[in-house]
Amino acid sequence: MERRWLVYPYHIWMLLFTVVPLALIFYFAFTVKGTYAFTLENIQQAASPVYLKVLWHSVWLAAVSTFACFIIGYPMAMILATCRVKYRNMLVVITIIPMWMNFLLRTYAWMTLLEKKGLINTVLSFFNIAPLQLLYTDGAVLLGMVYNFLPFMILPIYSVLMKMDRSLLEAAGDLGADAWTSFRRVTFPLSLPGVYAGMLMVFMPAVTTFVISRLLGGGQYMLIGNVIEQQFLAIGDWNFGSALSVFMMILIIISMALLSRYNKNGNGGMLL
Amino acid sequence: MKKIVKFLCVAMVCVIGAALLTGCGGEKKTAQRELKVYNWGDFIAPDVLKDFEKETGIHVIYDTFATNEDMYVKVKSGGSDYDVAVPSEYMIKRMIKEGLVEKIDTSKLSNYKEIGDQYKNLPYDPKNEYSIPYMWGTLGIIYNKKMVTEPVDSWGMLWNKKYSKQIFMLDSPRDSIGIALKYLGYSMNTVNEKELDAAANKLIEQKPLVLAYVVDEVKDKMIAGEGAMALVWSGDAMFMKEKNPDLEYAIPKEGTNLWFDSMVILKGTKHMAEAEEFLNFMTRPDIAKRNVEYIGYATPLPSVQKQLDEAVQKDIAAYPAADILKNTEVFDDLGDNLPKYDKAWTKVKVAQ
Amino acid sequence: MMRFLRRSYTALIFAFLYLPIFILIVFSFNDSKSRAAWGGFTLRWYEELFSNSAILDAVYNTLTIAVLSAVLATIIGTLAAFAMHKDMRQWEKKIVMNLTYLPILNPDIVTGISLMLLFIFVKMNLGLGSLLLAHTIFNVPYVILTVLPKLKQFDQSLYEAALDLGASPSYAFRKIVLPEILPGIVTGALFAFTLSIDDFVISFFTTGSGVNNLSILIYSMARRGIHPTINALSTLLFLVVLVLLLAVNRRVTGEKKQKHA
Repeated sequence: MERRWLVYPYHIWMLLFTVVPLALIFYFAFTVKGTYAFTLENIQQAASPVYLKVLWHSVWLAAVSTFACFIIGYPMAMILATCRVKYRNMLVVITIIPMWMNFLLRTYAWMTLLEKKGLINTVLSFFNIAPLQLLYTDGAVLLGMVYNFLPFMILPIYSVLMKMDRSLLEAAGDLGADAWTSFRRVTFPLSLPGVYAGMLMVFMPAVTTFVISRLLGGGQYMLIGNVIEQQFLAIGDWNFGSALSVFMMILIIISMALLSRYNKNGNGGMLL
Repeated sequence: MKKIVKFLCVAMVCVIGAALLTGCGGEKKTAQRELKVYNWGDFIAPDVLKDFEKETGIHVIYDTFATNEDMYVKVKSGGSDYDVAVPSEYMIKRMIKEGLVEKIDTSKLSNYKEIGDQYKNLPYDPKNEYSIPYMWGTLGIIYNKKMVTEPVDSWGMLWNKKYSKQIFMLDSPRDSIGIALKYLGYSMNTVNEKELDAAANKLIEQKPLVLAYVVDEVKDKMIAGEGAMALVWSGDAMFMKEKNPDLEYAIPKEGTNLWFDSMVILKGTKHMAEAEEFLNFMTRPDIAKRNVEYIGYATPLPSVQKQLDEAVQKDIAAYPAADILKNTEVFDDLGDNLPKYDKAWTKVKVAQ
Repeated sequence: MMRFLRRSYTALIFAFLYLPIFILIVFSFNDSKSRAAWGGFTLRWYEELFSNSAILDAVYNTLTIAVLSAVLATIIGTLAAFAMHKDMRQWEKKIVMNLTYLPILNPDIVTGISLMLLFIFVKMNLGLGSLLLAHTIFNVPYVILTVLPKLKQFDQSLYEAALDLGASPSYAFRKIVLPEILPGIVTGALFAFTLSIDDFVISFFTTGSGVNNLSILIYSMARRGIHPTINALSTLLFLVVLVLLLAVNRRVTGEKKQKHA
């Protein structure tokens, strides 16, 4: 049975607040600045090698930090999901509270921690380790991304792991599977929808973030979010900025569609 | 199930409707005189606004912005209805060109005469029709005397290999490309692509020496002694010197940039009289003194300058001598040539 | 052994998450405007905080918007997830899903400006209302993303069994479906609240004169250096949240104990 009345409100919502703004971006991307004339020039310019290089770097950084979040976050999600009920909700909220402090303040605090005379190097000096250049490196950027996006990986996985059917695990145990096997064959596959959701929620915003790379990476390179912001604000060329945005969206959608071909049944939150 | 969901649907529509309605609530009709001011964050002494309200009975709605460009997009698009704003000089020129600012009748401002003559008739507003200077300053090098032994008198110091990975540059195309242009002997406002290309190459040559391209964090970094030299605005230099006495500010001999943050009245204001009163109030010497002492930038009012600490008055970071000022350039609005700077900057940033 | 491992891993993660917060709290007592140097212990930023009505207003706006937009986004997102999960045709679902996720890919500046243009175009007055709407809009996809996996996991036959046993649809929904997907909904709401609190760019472009939130205030201070009163404020907010959390947790566990007794 189809309940269309539940479907329509969201269609309307989406039309108004997703499709119309997107259409606006497409409109800017395919017109000449200040006129209504159609053009492909913006897109062509966006596809030039310089910007492809920038885009590649952004996607690469986002992918690495997504992967790091997954590796670090999955065990934490499991711990949360299996801990005593008494503490569970509190621990979940504690995981996200740091994100309620302002982003800029948090990032500045990391700069204080990482600098040459910062806390970490001071601690290291007690062990007679020479001060390291921690700030303004790729490592610092990755750390910043992992720090800011980690809860977005942990919590979706946690929410799926929780209330997972325990009897399945017990059954696996009865059938002689050891802990690792039953994790690999039962728990992990069942948690995949949460993993996909977490990965999307980390990867997508990470591609276009640029404040982290500017503050912790020392602005040594440009990321795609950076270039787009520069076009919109500093240069005031909304058309080219939109074209960059559209170009990026299309590339990422296509690559995600290709990726999802490889997992046929895993359409849990995956694109296309 | 159906009922609950239906109820939720209705609730959702109601709340959104309410939100839209409050948003579209129309103009509030109050007899009270009102003024909407748009300024940089933390760019006014505490209680100055309260005193203004007390003296004039004008209610001030005060908002802040982070960059000229943010402010410009809001004003230009019609997404705001401010009466007074405080942009920088190049932005003022652009706003004049696009008709976003009103003419100011300076004869109505009794304190206008307080503004020093050297801060009038500047290229961005040659006839003083649109703007009243609020703060000004220069661009220069701040260096740590304990680390830098040579005299810092040329932009070339920022290319000195001895200080590899101890140099901070500004993550701002106009400023960083600007000093490279100056170092090469060109104008900071050039639109000649060959000159811009040379400047970009110069910056690429410098890139291995640069520890980071920074914005405001440079202050903390220099105070903490994390770098030997940094390209900074003079107002920030004053703050840094105060916190760390090892720091000194220098303006290279090749010349530098002179910048202004000035007050303008925005086009279409319904509060012209109030705006004029506000501008006049802000240029009154006692108020200007409170502001300049709190902010730490330089004031365009000579009478206020004379009342400041002697050390501050003589400080090159605050009030450089006239002969240094002669050798400065004010940023021009580049208009359609702006993308040329963007291209040059992108080239620098993607270089490895 | 396992327990020890679990505890140390949890401790490690929390240390990582809270290290910067700790630094922030320390600096709220620093008698120097710069983060670079320790100028002695002071409480003056706390005093200044309470005389600064602009900051207090912004706190009020931030919290109101965050709570309201989280509630709205959670309702809309959950309903949308339901619709997508059950009631849409396959091709329709694909299109809707992609359109839902795309905005997350957009840089904030693009979202912010396009929403601003939209609001101006429909002649909506920019202010608290437009700010709330904008926050709800960018929060919805996150809620959908967290609720949808829970729905996939949910065994539909349970719901149908309850109906067969004579439960009314609303009763079955409340007693069977809701408890199962609740962790997803709560997570989504938490995300929505978090994102709303932290957003600067979209807020900046969709708000009107006289309506500020904390992010706008803080980012606009960036050119001159963020004022230490903000550190003091964050410390206070942090403590309030922590105390509330402990109190709630205590009450809940206390009630449970009573029930058992």
